[in-house]
Amino acid sequence: MKKILALVLALCMVFALAACGSSSSSSSSSAPAAAAKTKIGMVTDVGGVNDKSFNQTSWEGLQALAAEDSSFEVNYLESKTDADYQTNINTFIDEGYDLVICVGYMLADATREAAEANPEQKFAIIDDSSIDLPNVACLMFAQEQASYLVGLVAGSVTESKTVGYVQGMVSDAMNLFGIGYITGVLEACPDATVLQYNANSFGDSAGGSTAAKDMITKGADVIYHAAGGTGMGVIEACNEEGIWAIGVDTDQSILAPDHVITSAMKRVDVASQDISKAVKDGTFAAGVHMYDLSNGGVDLAPTRDHIPADVLETVEAAKAAIIAGEKSVPTSTADCPAFTLG
Amino acid sequence: MTNFINNFGIILYATLIYTTPLLYAALGSCFSEVSGVVNIGIEGMMTAGAFTGTVVAYFTGNPWIGFLCGGLAGAFFGMLHAIATVNLGADQTIAGTAINMLGPGIVIMIAKVMFNSTDTIPLEASMKIPRLFRGVFDTATVFGRFMDNVFANYASTYLVFLAVLIVWFVFYKTRFGLRLRACGEHPQACETLGINVLRMRFLCVCISGFLAGLGGACVTMAISTQFRPISIVGQGFIAIAAVIFGKFRPQGALLGCLLFGFCSGLKVVLGGSSGVNMQLISMIPYVVTVIVLILFVGKSRVPSANGKPFVKSK
Repeated sequence: MKKILALVLALCMVFALAACGSSSSSSSSSAPAAAAKTKIGMVTDVGGVNDKSFNQTSWEGLQALAAEDSSFEVNYLESKTDADYQTNINTFIDEGYDLVICVGYMLADATREAAEANPEQKFAIIDDSSIDLPNVACLMFAQEQASYLVGLVAGSVTESKTVGYVQGMVSDAMNLFGIGYITGVLEACPDATVLQYNANSFGDSAGGSTAAKDMITKGADVIYHAAGGTGMGVIEACNEEGIWAIGVDTDQSILAPDHVITSAMKRVDVASQDISKAVKDGTFAAGVHMYDLSNGGVDLAPTRDHIPADVLETVEAAKAAIIAGEKSVPTSTADCPAFTLG
Repeated sequence: MTNFINNFGIILYATLIYTTPLLYAALGSCFSEVSGVVNIGIEGMMTAGAFTGTVVAYFTGNPWIGFLCGGLAGAFFGMLHAIATVNLGADQTIAGTAINMLGPGIVIMIAKVMFNSTDTIPLEASMKIPRLFRGVFDTATVFGRFMDNVFANYASTYLVFLAVLIVWFVFYKTRFGLRLRACGEHPQACETLGINVLRMRFLCVCISGFLAGLGGACVTMAISTQFRPISIVGQGFIAIAAVIFGKFRPQGALLGCLLFGFCSGLKVVLGGSSGVNMQLISMIPYVVTVIVLILFVGKSRVPSANGKPFVKSK
């Protein structure tokens, strides 16, 4: 009996592991063609390809690219643990891929090692600018610009002159969201109060809900979050209380269609398409590629029904001014004293 | 004064919102542990409930059917644990660990098949567990806002306090409860008195899973509106800690969960207004729990036969 049990339990565990770690098998699109194809391989971080965030957006961008131009062959490998990064990257190198896109700063070390060992192989890494090698392109996003635009929206629609902001973690990269947002809010409404909270977690929805309730109690009528899963609680509390929430990274209006006024989007799909096209055209350039408003790398989400027309005009004007270089959004805490989390 | 009332209201709100899922799970854990089966699979059962609850609510449009099915999904995993540990006499800790791996594994696989994503589709307002007393209080006044924050809470929150009362009554005022406790203390004695220990334990582990499943469903059907792989991260283990903290009694588990919830509320209020380092503030719930454990609670007495498989005498 014990042996049967041990077997059953072992099977359970194998099944569980297999379920977590299933699709290491890759799905490739487009039919085989005679002409030489540009092969693009994407390695996800541990978030997986359905993370509703940059892994997913990036993969959707590549799929769209392959659907539109059949000379691209795209593929992904999911990383289940940190140990998979190196293996997945090497799998693509061995299979002769033209470009390996590594999604996320967590892959920085693995990418650097692989790039040093394979100087002929082209790499792109998203959200990391620390690798300075002739075969690595670093795709960075100007999060502060998108946050600035949603800040303008928040500052314009607030009636109580009190807005809220929930951040998932304090780091130089995360602080850019807050700095941009607060700059925007204060520009649209100079005497506004910005309530700020660092949840110190990307997975605490109860904490997000509480923080939002706290801000609403103190009079906030618009709340922006840059806090992943914690933000789910923020958006839901805003939804229940009937105030505006602002989403991040993707168009989050699906979470609460009546109360998400806008989202600060990061177009990882555009970035991964661009770099893939550059490889095909032979214009691949190493170094930092900054995706900002000027090249559509960051923007307001396409759902804009709730934004009043005059506010949208203000936002478009500010966007044009930034693109034209007449205006810049601060990137350091020193330039934005109202930001208190950093 | 206004500030104080506001902050106090928020702390109570947070206490309730954090406590609810933990308390369901902790009551579940009580059932299993008191009957003599160690159940560290609570986390996996919560995950199963969290996923099933939202999915069923989404397709039926009825939050209560969803909530109930969340519980049943937890009970299903409870049954697996019971078959392994009670009937087959497997190591209870290892079987619980297997449940913790199996639960999220199966759930994520089903989610990928159903939604082509690891997340479920967000629930609409009518599919969520409703808030009671909504709009009863005038939130324009400070007092009304306080009352709204504290009392306009999810129905699941009111239910869990009722559940504590029921579990307490069952444990200490019914024949079933007496037998249940006896099974965890001295199963051999129970057997000689004609109580079917195996059936008792089997049932209790299933109830344990059911309650844990309800706890999971609260997270995805009340606090947020969708299941994500990060919906249940550690709540199950905190619930088990609350049970040990509460000396394996439902009323003790209630205090443990409330304390943890209260400290989490304190964290939000302090983190939002003071200049104290957030890393330090985030430690409050855990540090306070440890201090209270050392200073006030004293030694927790584990049911004597807890963790020991019961073999019927021939």
